[in-house]
Amino acid sequence: MLPKWFNDWNRDNPTDIYGPAILIGVLGGAVVAAALLVSWGQPFATSSLQTGPRGTGMSVPEFNVARLTPDPDIENIIEDAPYVPEGGEPLAKDIYQNVQVLGDLTEDNFNRLMNGITQWVAPDQGCAYCHGDGDLETYGEDNLYTKVVSRRMIQMTQNINENWSGHVNANQEVGVTCYTCHRGQNVPSEIWFRIAPVNEAVEGWAAVQNRATSISQSTSLPSNALETYLTDYEPVNVHDLESRVSGIIGEDVASIQKTEMTYSLMNYFSNSLGVNCVFCHNSRAFYDPEQVTPQWATALLGRQMVIEMNQEYLIPLQDVYPAERLGPIYGDAPKAACKTCHKGYQQPLQGTNVIGDWPELATTGAPEYATE
Amino acid sequence: MVEYQNIFTQVQVQGTPEWGMDDNGKMMEERVGKPGFSTLVGWLGNAQLGPIYLGWTGLVSLLTGTLALNIIGLNMLAQVGWSIPEFIRQLFWLALEPPSPEYGLSMPPLADGGWYIIASFFLLVSVMTWWLRTYLLAAEHKMGKHVAWAFASAIWLFLVLGLFRPILMGSWAEAVPYGIFPHLDWTTAFSIRYGNLYYNPFHCLSIVFLYGSVLLFAMHGATILAVTRYGGDRELEQIVDRGTASERAALFWRWTMGFNATMEGIHRWAWWFAVLTPITGGIGILLTGTVVDNWFIWAQEHNFAPLYDGSYGYADYGSYEAFIGKEN
Repeated sequence: MLPKWFNDWNRDNPTDIYGPAILIGVLGGAVVAAALLVSWGQPFATSSLQTGPRGTGMSVPEFNVARLTPDPDIENIIEDAPYVPEGGEPLAKDIYQNVQVLGDLTEDNFNRLMNGITQWVAPDQGCAYCHGDGDLETYGEDNLYTKVVSRRMIQMTQNINENWSGHVNANQEVGVTCYTCHRGQNVPSEIWFRIAPVNEAVEGWAAVQNRATSISQSTSLPSNALETYLTDYEPVNVHDLESRVSGIIGEDVASIQKTEMTYSLMNYFSNSLGVNCVFCHNSRAFYDPEQVTPQWATALLGRQMVIEMNQEYLIPLQDVYPAERLGPIYGDAPKAACKTCHKGYQQPLQGTNVIGDWPELATTGAPEYATE
Repeated sequence: MVEYQNIFTQVQVQGTPEWGMDDNGKMMEERVGKPGFSTLVGWLGNAQLGPIYLGWTGLVSLLTGTLALNIIGLNMLAQVGWSIPEFIRQLFWLALEPPSPEYGLSMPPLADGGWYIIASFFLLVSVMTWWLRTYLLAAEHKMGKHVAWAFASAIWLFLVLGLFRPILMGSWAEAVPYGIFPHLDWTTAFSIRYGNLYYNPFHCLSIVFLYGSVLLFAMHGATILAVTRYGGDRELEQIVDRGTASERAALFWRWTMGFNATMEGIHRWAWWFAVLTPITGGIGILLTGTVVDNWFIWAQEHNFAPLYDGSYGYADYGSYEAFIGKEN
């Protein structure tokens, strides 16, 4: 292929071109890589949040890129300071009809809250999403399911802030508003429906597990853990508290299958918060109450809170919803769990105080307005 | 000097196939398959493929093993509604599960573990006849039974997991599911359920022998390769007639760590490490749930679970706000 004189010349003048080529290539590549690292930074750098004593390996590692990027939803939190009542203002129940929950608010604060709810839940549809397309006089009607549901959701929010402060204000005042779950959407993300059994042609334990589903978090663990543990007070713990106990498997003492159920729930907890086991537990003794972090108790409270939310507020709304809002398999009501609020963060909206401007949602009683 | 021309084997021998002994003129009847050569196989080992001796043990083992695998696979396929794409997509997630706990040691319905019991039976027959095959073939070759006993140690662990422990616990539900991820779920759940298997001393021993096996394998392989140039690869000859290869290998290790195995003894080291891995592991599994229900508490009672000083929770080590870069 090459001219004869070229091949002859090469044969007569043997020269090692590979050595220098490799050397220059390696050196040049190293210089480029070093320049990129210096100018752009190490792309996979991590930092850890230590959660336990040294020597136990208790830490939550995260990529710096993700760790230092604020939750984008924080930008859209609405700040709208309340109007501190001075007495004598007209009240919502006197002006509007059928105001069952927020009737004792002053007109200004009532409208302020209505505006907030609109932006949190139905920014595109506006007031009509709940109140319909009629005139202002028809706003008192309960014709639309959205209005009936949102009334119950306001009560749920008040209940969470008032009675579950130990969970939602565990570290500092954070609270929850409609936005904590809804984030500007009519239906919050990360709600869940019953899907088990997930396997055909089998019964018992084989039927509810071993499929990659949304509820099993794409693992082969059971897909009925949320319905089992987050709609009722079924015990989660599986350990024996002595080195030797007697009892029949599945009756007196927990079975392997029961353990996988717990594991499925715990895995869901972890994914919901973007943490690992050792955020709450010392993994060498998962059950040991002397080796858990304060977050363990917060999570325990959170589970009780979610059970109450599902039992008292969300599941009873089943008959109010139209068919398209119900579960695809069983037509069950949409339910909440950790991820519905947390959305993958240790604290929803990274612990930003969302309740400060909304004392009306902070209590089931009369709101406490901060006086200057 | 022969060069390295392939991955593991230096030289490939391909020619007239080697048939083995036939001293009574009838042994050829038992050998199945026309022998051939494969360059690809030669890269990894002997280039000759076949013939194979199956015998009744091999036939029974292959038949029952195939049956067990098909029962497992068809059960998985049934679980996804006989959809091949879904079967492929969910293959690593699917499993043939043991019966639910309420059936104890009785025969459950086919759809709730019955097929598992049937598949396990055929798998048991398959494994045991294959073991018998390793024993009988060794006997026919007038060999020691080392391979059979080593295989038996692995079968011990297999039987503990699927037969002995479930019977002692009184429930087939304790057996391990047949599935890729599901058997890993079982393993994790087993450790968690019984208070952390890492505090089970037999689990510790099993890990020591497992990692020890790997280390010994690497040390021995490396040593022999390193002295091959002095004839060290002719290990059997070196055992009875020690040459400079053995001397150098021994000196190397004695100068490195003050001790060396012998050309013969290193193989006993390796064999015992390998065999003790499943033997100790099986003992550890057998004791779990039958004799000890919480290994961490057991370890505390026997004073080898240390206590750690320090606070639990991140609040004493830093703040969440600092972690997410909200404050310095």
